[in-house]
Amino acid sequence: MFHYTIKRLLMLIPVLLGMTLIVFAIIHAIPGNPALTILGTKATPEAIHSLNRSLGLDNPWYVQYFSYLKGILTGNLGTSIQTNSPIASEIWPHLAATIELSFVAMIFAVFVGINAGIISAWKQNSFLDYTAMILALIGVSMPVFWLGLLEQWGFSIKLQWLPSIGRDDIRNSVDPITNLYLIDTLLRGRLDQFWMVLRHLILPAIALATIPTAIIARMTRSSMLEVLKSDYIRTAKAKGQRMIWIVYKYALKNAFIPILTVIGLQTGLLLGGAILTETIFGWPGVGLYIYNAIQYRDYPVIQSGILVIAFIFVMVNFIVDLLYGLFDPRIKYR
Amino acid sequence: MSEALLQVENLKKYYPIKGGKFGKVSEIVRAVDGVSFSVREGETLGIVGESGCGKSTTGRMIMRLIEPTEGKIIFQNRNIMELSKHDMRKARKDIQMIFQDPFASLNPRHTVGHIIEEPMIVHKMGNRKQREARVEELLELVGLSAYHAKRYPHQFSGGQRQRIGIARALAVQPKVIIADEPVSALDVSVQSQVLNLLKDLQKKFNLTYIFIAHDLSVVRHISDRVGVMYLGKLVELSESEILYTDPKHPYTKALLSAVPVPDPDIKTNRIILEGDVPSPAHPPAGCTFHDRCPVAMDICSKERPNFKVLDDGRMISCHLYD
Amino acid sequence: MSEAILKVEGLKTSFFTDDGEVPAVDGIDFSVNEGEILGIVGESGCGKSVTSLSIMGLLPAPPGKIVGGHIYYKGEDISHAKESRMRKLRGNDIAMIFQEPMTSLNPVFTIGEQLMEAIRLHNHLSKKELIERSVELLKLVGLPRAAELLDEYPHELSGGMRQRVMIAMAMSCNPKVLIADEPTTALDVTIQAQILDLMVKLNKETHTAIIMITHDLGVVAQMCNRVAVMYAGKIVEEGTVKDIFNHPEHPYTEGLIKSIPDLYGKKDSLYTIKGSVPKPGSITKGCLFAPRCEFVMDKCQVNRPELLGDGHKSRCFLHQGQGRKEVRK
Repeated sequence: MFHYTIKRLLMLIPVLLGMTLIVFAIIHAIPGNPALTILGTKATPEAIHSLNRSLGLDNPWYVQYFSYLKGILTGNLGTSIQTNSPIASEIWPHLAATIELSFVAMIFAVFVGINAGIISAWKQNSFLDYTAMILALIGVSMPVFWLGLLEQWGFSIKLQWLPSIGRDDIRNSVDPITNLYLIDTLLRGRLDQFWMVLRHLILPAIALATIPTAIIARMTRSSMLEVLKSDYIRTAKAKGQRMIWIVYKYALKNAFIPILTVIGLQTGLLLGGAILTETIFGWPGVGLYIYNAIQYRDYPVIQSGILVIAFIFVMVNFIVDLLYGLFDPRIKYR
Repeated sequence: MSEALLQVENLKKYYPIKGGKFGKVSEIVRAVDGVSFSVREGETLGIVGESGCGKSTTGRMIMRLIEPTEGKIIFQNRNIMELSKHDMRKARKDIQMIFQDPFASLNPRHTVGHIIEEPMIVHKMGNRKQREARVEELLELVGLSAYHAKRYPHQFSGGQRQRIGIARALAVQPKVIIADEPVSALDVSVQSQVLNLLKDLQKKFNLTYIFIAHDLSVVRHISDRVGVMYLGKLVELSESEILYTDPKHPYTKALLSAVPVPDPDIKTNRIILEGDVPSPAHPPAGCTFHDRCPVAMDICSKERPNFKVLDDGRMISCHLYD
Repeated sequence: MSEAILKVEGLKTSFFTDDGEVPAVDGIDFSVNEGEILGIVGESGCGKSVTSLSIMGLLPAPPGKIVGGHIYYKGEDISHAKESRMRKLRGNDIAMIFQEPMTSLNPVFTIGEQLMEAIRLHNHLSKKELIERSVELLKLVGLPRAAELLDEYPHELSGGMRQRVMIAMAMSCNPKVLIADEPTTALDVTIQAQILDLMVKLNKETHTAIIMITHDLGVVAQMCNRVAVMYAGKIVEEGTVKDIFNHPEHPYTEGLIKSIPDLYGKKDSLYTIKGSVPKPGSITKGCLFAPRCEFVMDKCQVNRPELLGDGHKSRCFLHQGQGRKEVRK
């Protein structure tokens, strides 16, 4: 297991290197000149030229790439063209917002998705099964922005139950420590603010969780159906075990590997795919951060933002790989 | 007796298992470890053994469906190990195979007629009309009817599917048929029908069979000579009459005594072997059977016994008969 | 003879499919006495496995359903017992082992977890007692290194060892009846001999009655006291092992015995039963075996024979009334 972990970590190096190269290449393939954006369309060629030089944009691409890579390795993600402050420190509050939102959404998706899938499989072809699977089908087909708008219209505007925008109230804003507000409010002992933050999380989290919930539910169902037909489930019944135990203890552990894979992939997608949700709900996460940077052609920010997301994606799946062995003793790590 | 039609010499199949750091070969599974035998024209050689003993791998290597690691396969005085891919394809016309699972080995999307015709197309035999006539002839030969050609495999029972498999094997008029557990998936009443069919066909076409099975009674019924395999090696090989009435190798004895005989009046003196067959990746030193052998001697754990011929013509590898 | 511990009367089990009702078990009667080994033998599709699942209340439902008859365990009709009642019986009074030792154990739990669960479900024991009992059971079924095995997973064991674990699990609560559904079919012959030996030994020591369901007449001949032969959902012959093998009455039984190749002698060709097993429910009139029978008479095509006889029973007109002497000389 230890050797395997080391080996896998070493194998991550080329993956991550390739990632930086691709990110770098894509950004530079996009037409448009950042100097032009900064200086405005009326800038003189001399001004553009000198700004390009000071930003290092007149160097050959590989020189730019290596200086970029060197920066990453020393923890320097560059400076935002827009705000002129270091990205490394600027990006964290945004990342924390995204992580918090994705985490809550994923907890919701895993809990609801797995249970819906289990019940569907257990009571196959029942009314419950059909209902759950139709909901799941709607869930995967529903565009997130549409669902978000519906939620805002229903729960914020009509019913006025929940806030529709942002992470906290402007007049009652959270004093950040870690920038994960749920934790910060608890650290500061502000339970009233904890509740306020949680209320802000509900709508965007549900919007974000819809597709993963549906996918997890469908995967759980098909995986469980397979397992419930197996001989060892029959053995467990022959021992006189209760069905609810058989399903949740015996069958679930066996059915979990494909579910885990889906959870891993979906977590990665959530982190990167939150742009739409964040835009609709005014959520100051990485998605929104990158979205704004794109409008401003803030190359260093776009690069770093994408890189951070890709990095998290790779790490999540790495962790999932290690978790497999926990659920299936037959998986041997070599 | 005529001379050997097919001769196998020191056939081996090793599978390296990769593992450890940087995918080095950490161990070698000796699936088949030096098997030699010959088959005469028109006879049936049975190969018995328990699962994992290498009997199926041996059968497949003769057709080079599995590429042997080492050894010679001499068929009609040619070493088919040296044949090019093209020549090998031609040689396969003379050696055909029947498989255990008659369902898995028939393409469910093809009609039975097409399945039987296909080997003839591959080997460019006859024109379309002649082939169709031959398909009908073959179907009747194996106890089915001409109109069955239009049907699909799933419309047949297990026994009928095995007949289709036999018809397909016969289509190219082979000299040798390798039958790998051809009746083990069938019920007793159907099994006897297929066994009788195989015997009839052998007489009719002077076929040579290599009959691989785990069921000792079935093998005795059909075979002229029988080889017993254990852990990738032949331990005893002789005329089936001799082998079954007077087994000499302790493993053969145990194997035969373990068969439950369908007669309550015969109480066999069962030799119950301890434990399981060891992994072919870690075969015991010396004689590979010594750790389970009820009559093992000191030498058995040290020296590997050689294959030798006894007076009655049987070949055996056991230190008891040195 | 001792009291019947399990008695099946007129059991009918059907599968309800898109093509209508398929009668897999079509009215069978048999009983098992305490300490006895009863063999139920037949070819695939004869309904022998469905019979065992019906007794255990483990039919896949839907589509399977008991549509008639009774199953008495110690006089109590359990054919339509509540699930909670069946849970108490399963494992504790009636235990079962299956054909596939490779897949019958849960791959992601240790042997110990699975074995202890079987014990705990019907007994209140402390953790220490559970471990002691498990080790004792594993030793009982002849497994070496019992204590270490508890922490191992099924894939680390060979097929024979897994079937021993299954037997240990089945025997864990000292059941009165053990149903063994093709317990050795997936095993090699030398391992089969070990397992059969073990089962006979356990039967002698614990007096657990065994219902041995198998297609292998050899297994039946070597270990059973009485045999019921099934064909197309019905019992066609029943009697002691000697009755069945030495004086088979039903042509199907006789044909089965004759079509097995002999280990001790060589025949030129084997006896065969022509044709193949009919689809369940496809023969509506006359004897189910009539289309394949070489002694078929006119009345076999029209009337369905009953299972008649005293001790040695058969479902054949040849042995009922005057027909017997006419055909068999």
